[in-house]
Formats: sequence, C-alpha cells, structure tokens
Amino acid sequence: MAYTEATDDFRSRPIPLGEWAPWAIFAGLVMLLALYFVSTEQGAVALLDGTGVHEFVHDARHLLGFPCH
Amino acid sequence: MTGRYLVLGMIAGLIAGVLAFGVGKVWGEPPVAAAIALEEAGAPAAPEHAHDHGHDAPTAAATAEPEPAGHSHSHGEGEGISRATQAGIGLLTGMAVFGAGLGGLFALVFAFVQGRFSHLGARATAGVMAVLGYVSVVLVPFLKYPANPPAVGHGETIGLRTQMFFAMMALSLIAMVIAVAVARSGRDRWRAGILGGLAYLVLVVVAGLVLPAINEVPAGFPGDLLWQFRSVSLVIVAMLWAGIGLIFGQLVQGSLARDPGLRQRLA
Repeated sequence: MAYTEATDDFRSRPIPLGEWAPWAIFAGLVMLLALYFVSTEQGAVALLDGTGVHEFVHDARHLLGFPCH
Repeated sequence: MTGRYLVLGMIAGLIAGVLAFGVGKVWGEPPVAAAIALEEAGAPAAPEHAHDHGHDAPTAAATAEPEPAGHSHSHGEGEGISRATQAGIGLLTGMAVFGAGLGGLFALVFAFVQGRFSHLGARATAGVMAVLGYVSVVLVPFLKYPANPPAVGHGETIGLRTQMFFAMMALSLIAMVIAVAVARSGRDRWRAGILGGLAYLVLVVVAGLVLPAINEVPAGFPGDLLWQFRSVSLVIVAMLWAGIGLIFGQLVQGSLARDPGLRQRLA
C-alpha cells in the first residue's frame, strides 16, 4: 500500500511543458536517429556510403519487420 | 525529471532489446537462415530477379559489389560481414540499439502523458502505453505491410515499400492519438471508450484501403516459412514493447518508492 501512497502525489503533477520540451526535442532526435540506423540506414535512404551498417543489423531489421532491401 | 525518465526508459529498452535478441536468436534465426538458403539456391526467385535483388549466389556476389548502396546486397559477403556476425553480434546490437532508442522515446512520451492525460500509477500508465503503442505502431501496420524474410521483396521497390510502411505507421499512430482523445472525452466512459475504438478502426481501415497493396512474395516461396517468419517477427517486437512497458513502469515505481525527497518535490 506504500506504493499507492507514493504514486498519489506523483499522479497529480504533470511535468511542466517548458521543462519537458528541450528533452523531447534533443533526446527525441537522438532516439529517432538510433531507430533510424537500425531500421532504415543504407536501405531506402543512406547517410553513410557502403552497406556496412545495413549488413551488420541485417537480421534485426528483417525480424523487427522493416523493409530491408 | 524528464532526464531521469529518459535514462530509465533507455535501460528498460536495453534489457527488452536483449530479451528480444534471445527470442530472435532461438526462433527468429531459423526461418531467416531457411529463407537465405532458398534465395541462394535460386529456387523461389526467378532468374531475372536474382540480379535485381542483389541476392546473388556467393560466387556472383563479388561481381555485384560495385553496384550503388541499397541495391547491392549479399548475405555473408557485404563488407566482410559474415552470416555468423549478422545472426550474432549484429542481431544483438540491432535489437539493443533499437530497444534503447524505443525505450527512450517511450520515456519521453510517458513524461508528457503522466499526470497530464493519465492519472494512473506509473506502472499502469506504462502498461497502457505499451499496449496502445504496440497495436498502433506494430500490429496494425503489420496487417497492411507484414514483415518479410530475405528473398522476399524486389530491390528496386525498397523506396516505395519503405515510404508506404512508414506512412501506414504514421497514420495509425495519428489515428490512435485521435482515438485516445475521443475515448477521454464524454462523461460516459464506456460509451466514449467504444467510440474511440471505433474511430481508430475506421481511420486505419480507410488508411489501409487508400495505401497501395504490396505483395512481392516470389511464386513458390514456402507458405509455412513465410508464416513462421512473420509470426516470430510479431512475437519479437511484442517482447520489445512488453519488456519496455513492464520494466520501465517498474523502474519508475521503484525510483519513486525509494526516493522520499522526489515524492515530496512532486507533491
């Protein structure tokens, strides 16, 4: 029951938008870049030359359901 | 606070990615290997397609190298990356990086939603987010554009297939946001919830009808292998989302319970 008490306060207080936004923009961009490199890089679009990234994460890309090649 | 969530989300994603790697290694790799074996035997793909795919037999792969990126593709030959690497450390890296990235994004959305749109506890919010996220980002796009094993898909349509896949994903996600907004409006929660669900269904069915059908499964490709690959793909991604939802929720809960100062600041 200690948990319920702990979360009661926490439920009522949203993080102010001004505090959240910089994180959302900068960290969000970095996160999207990570997803992009696994899911798409050197497939339909390529930031880097060659096929090294594509080949390295090849199986993960297929199994995660992204179009690979 | 957001930074703290971000770190917890990335940790949860990393763990979920390693779990997804386990599922992928045990149940995902056999159908991938079988599809590559078929492809290299040249059985399902018509001869004139072999070059387009770039999935040439090992002997021809060397000559396919000078092709531009995105078209040249060969298993176990490209840039000296072997099949063992692709199925081992490559798969692990892919799953872990994808998991951490997804977990981080998940945490950022959680930080926005918690206390603002959701007044549930941390674990419940994370759980609901994971279910809605999996349905809208994975399951519904999959129904329109399912995962394909190696040997399925023409190299020259990768651009179209990628665009359509992400378009379906984006439309489904937008539809889910609208559906949640509908479900939260109205005093009768049952009624609003059902209306929200219907709104989602109508929007994604329309999106699915508008976007073009793509089916590039070669004639003669074994149906059971395709089924096996696609079902295990859904399970792997489910592992990822379930892991993120449950582990992140638990980490946030634990971090709140252990830190009375944090609880007071939030109060």
